[in-house]
Amino acid sequence: MAMSRDEIMQQVQEVLVDALGVDDDEVTTEATLMGDLGAESIDFLDIVFRLEKTFGIKIPREELFPAENLMNDSEFVHNGKLTEKGLNELRDKMPHTDITAFESDPDINKLADLFTVNAIVNYVEGKLNAA
Amino acid sequence: MRWIWIDKFIEFQSGRRAVALKNVTLAEEHLHDHFPGFPVMPECLMIEAMAQTSGILVGEAKKFQEKVILAKIKKAVFFDYVKPGDTIKLDARIESIISEAASTSGKITCEDKLIAEIDLMFSHIDQNLAGKEFPQENFVFDTGTSVFESLLRDVLSAGAGAADSEQDR
Repeated sequence: MAMSRDEIMQQVQEVLVDALGVDDDEVTTEATLMGDLGAESIDFLDIVFRLEKTFGIKIPREELFPAENLMNDSEFVHNGKLTEKGLNELRDKMPHTDITAFESDPDINKLADLFTVNAIVNYVEGKLNAA
Repeated sequence: MRWIWIDKFIEFQSGRRAVALKNVTLAEEHLHDHFPGFPVMPECLMIEAMAQTSGILVGEAKKFQEKVILAKIKKAVFFDYVKPGDTIKLDARIESIISEAASTSGKITCEDKLIAEIDLMFSHIDQNLAGKEFPQENFVFDTGTSVFESLLRDVLSAGAGAADSEQDR
């Protein structure tokens, strides 16, 4: 299924509008799921279900939102910040996110900011191209 | 416990679909206030009835190994009123089910008239938040409740027969 990035963005927007009850214009590429759009953990599951249905792909939950494992492992977190090992794990597990800003201050409280609309579009694009 | 908003299951396909009935009666006291002179079933109670139908479907799909909690009302749209004397049919289907959660879709009808469309999300508590305390009222199905068990008793034994005949067709 060859979808352009714009088409993917449009469908992801619709999914987020339905799942989170926000307006179209709030779902910008830079918008963070938790900070800007008010998503909670149960919403993440709802989003995963809807994305699977919309794009006909399978999304293992740890793939799209693996941060929970990262945060709880002491090898990856030290004094509330991600260690070098943690950052590598992040790069490995979440290639769809942009961690350049996060790297300068890898505060785990800021981990949620990595989950942007853009990250989801990247993830879906990757999955569709691999299919 | 008297918080039961369905009366009978008429269909039960384990892991897939459940259809329940509820009779609405003026003996339900809240109807006298909702509204005076115009008794109609409150939409929130229709959501609760669907949550019980869907919740039991989801719980049974996992053989009641985990507690099922209503976590999110994804959609609840109402098209018409439900009045005393009506029998509503609640048709619930499992859309997705994984170890941590389940997503259901549902329709409420009254004699072929569409009354509501209600889509819900449930969380399986033992997989998520183990060890935290939750108030009893949040649980759709508590294995200690014999009334819910009696609802399922007839349909689960009959359901096996119905499923077989469906496959023969």
